[in-house]
Amino acid sequence: MADKVLMKGNEAIAEAAIMAGCRHYFGYPITPQTEVAAYMAKRMPKIGGVFLQAESEIAAINMVYGVSSTGHRVMTSSSSPGISLKSEGLSYLAGADLPALVVNVQRGGPGLGGIQPSQSDYFQATKGGGHGDFRMIVLAPASVQEMADLTVKGFDLADEYRMTAMILADGTMGQMMEPVEIPKIEKKEFDKSWAVTGTGMGRKHNIVNSLSLAPAELERQNFERFQRYGRIQEKEAMWEEYRMEDAEYCLVAFGIAARVTKAAIDEARKKGIRAGMIRPITLWPFPEKALAAAAEKCVSFATVELNMGQMIDDVRLAISCKRPVKLIHRAGGIIPSPEEVLRGIENMEGGAEK
Amino acid sequence: MMVFERPHALLDVPLHYCPGCTHGIVHRLVAEVIDELGIEGRTIGVAPVGCAVMAYDYFACDMVEAAHGRAPAVATGLKRADPEHNVVFTYQGDGDLASIGTAETVHAAARNENITIIFINNAIYGMTGGQMAPTSLPGQVTQTSPYGRDVKACGYPVKICEMLSTLDGPEYLERVAVNNVKNVKAAKKAIKKAFENQLAGKGFSLVEVLSACPTNWGMTPEKALEWVQDKMIPYYPLGVYKDRSAKEEAK
Amino acid sequence: MTTRFLIAGFGGQGILFAGKFLVNKGMMEGKQVTWLPSYGPEMRGGTANCSVVIGDEPVSSPIVDHPDVLMVMNLPSLDKYEDAVNPGGWIFVDSTLIERKVRRQDVHAVYVPATRMAGENGVTTLANMILSGAMLARLGQYEPENVEAALKKVVSVKHPEMYDFNRKALEMGRNFE
Repeated sequence: MADKVLMKGNEAIAEAAIMAGCRHYFGYPITPQTEVAAYMAKRMPKIGGVFLQAESEIAAINMVYGVSSTGHRVMTSSSSPGISLKSEGLSYLAGADLPALVVNVQRGGPGLGGIQPSQSDYFQATKGGGHGDFRMIVLAPASVQEMADLTVKGFDLADEYRMTAMILADGTMGQMMEPVEIPKIEKKEFDKSWAVTGTGMGRKHNIVNSLSLAPAELERQNFERFQRYGRIQEKEAMWEEYRMEDAEYCLVAFGIAARVTKAAIDEARKKGIRAGMIRPITLWPFPEKALAAAAEKCVSFATVELNMGQMIDDVRLAISCKRPVKLIHRAGGIIPSPEEVLRGIENMEGGAEK
Repeated sequence: MMVFERPHALLDVPLHYCPGCTHGIVHRLVAEVIDELGIEGRTIGVAPVGCAVMAYDYFACDMVEAAHGRAPAVATGLKRADPEHNVVFTYQGDGDLASIGTAETVHAAARNENITIIFINNAIYGMTGGQMAPTSLPGQVTQTSPYGRDVKACGYPVKICEMLSTLDGPEYLERVAVNNVKNVKAAKKAIKKAFENQLAGKGFSLVEVLSACPTNWGMTPEKALEWVQDKMIPYYPLGVYKDRSAKEEAK
Repeated sequence: MTTRFLIAGFGGQGILFAGKFLVNKGMMEGKQVTWLPSYGPEMRGGTANCSVVIGDEPVSSPIVDHPDVLMVMNLPSLDKYEDAVNPGGWIFVDSTLIERKVRRQDVHAVYVPATRMAGENGVTTLANMILSGAMLARLGQYEPENVEAALKKVVSVKHPEMYDFNRKALEMGRNFE
């Protein structure tokens, strides 16, 4: 434990980003992610980096677009209403095939909503996050350690596939403190020959652009991008299985909901209910194969979500609606207690399906 | 003997602009300045949304296409990524800079962001076919002000140089026009200064260029240049609105 | 073995600080720990609370709905959380600020006039640490070396003089009969 330090999730993200070589951060204050900005404001000037509080989330994401165009690692962070403002920029980043790391420490919505933890931006994050056909890699940490590890992973994936990686956390993950080991970084090289660094009068000019007025060319770009997405779906899905070896009842939960679900599963097991959990670590790509495999042996599924039921659609799709899928949830910034989840497990359908 | 040549910083490709449009002139002035300062190899331009959207195909330096109005924020990122090396300019129209991107413009100016902005004010939205712009003159007929801009209903034009000159941030603000040879020469001088300021680390330099849009104004190119002279310049007086370094030297 | 703590009171009473001290102590002892504050407008003078979980197993949920140990520094917090305490658990009450007694019969209630003691002993702002000291002592978890080491971690480097005050407050709580 000697090399672990106690950190808030938001601080772990910031420190991990710096370790990953990020020297440019742009943000705008919003609860409950402000510690990311505060940490960057303190650290960046001391390491020759740039922290800039932008005039709006819109400006911040466009500053990200500018830095990313030059090939440098760059990030921004916000919370739900701020991410909506950034969604224009997310679409442009996708259209221009630029890498970036964007953090959403979610709070309850819609509208101004509340400031307590939520997972109600699942659709927004996993189905694109702006206009046009595109995806983001969506990483869902369930511990402060994962806040750090997935930040590093997010930068690598973003650079490798030239797209936005989003950390989809929630207020609890951002605010809680746990011991964390700041990851050691293996330096990886990525091709950035597309970056605008000045031609140096030695090459044709590079253009970073999302405009393509010829339909055939725009279609070609979309197909190329989705081939890349296909490789990501093939290679990059990450998940954790908990007590799934002999599980009859499969819970699916991510982030803070997964932690509560673990506690509920342990209680259910004490009562002789063979429950287990698949915890998606990547929400996009969604761990479809793990769920499809679970559908072969589990009689019933349930998602545990801090929203009105969003991931449940992806679970149904992943298991081709072969088994009933129930929703165990709270919304508005409330986290279900392990007891509530346990009651949900006790009421899962299944016996007749066997 | 002087031979009229294409500046190196302007690529040898056909421009898509309408006959009589003055974008071509301003492109050329920017390219000439880039050539004269020898900075093409480290310049990154930011194209707007609007008629100049495809400027990225015309300039020989590296180029980035920004979302509508966001060019100053994108330029901020480009500049801060490598402030010693990168020379960054944006090229924006009036809808882009003075309407949807007002916040980005004002705050880049307030920060004295060390970038160069070329602001084309032709008092109309060109790309979308002639709608009222934030800079359309009172009474000006456009597609979305068919009875003339009624200031009671839709307010008054935004005077960018005057407005930004109230800020402590910006280094240099000048309004020029490209409706005759004398004014074109003055415009070139202003654009050059705006780039030189950046090279000297002086900060935010914006040149507002009163320009003609004969197509959407429904005029011949000649009439359009007269309209710049007779209607626009009286409303938008030419001149230097802010030059901090010159003011400090004078002290 | 996992102990779930809930510390609650008004903003400004050092509720989050007491939790940070506790979680640091747990970490230094090689335990699995989490610390989770309430956040938002309630931090500005309203109620504040934090959940601390310390155990041998990885912590499943960092949210403490049913504490084994409740430490309260105002009446609304006692009213709100008394019924949530697990049977056989503990409630530590700042009896200067909370006049009523714990109603539950199936928990251990400990009353410490922490705010009065703090005022009388020149550590006015440290009732939180007096109560913490009493809590650790009653739980059999007051190991002076670990307490001091954890305190060093949480006292601001800008105010090193606060270390001695905090230690004094903890000791006062520890020795409270």
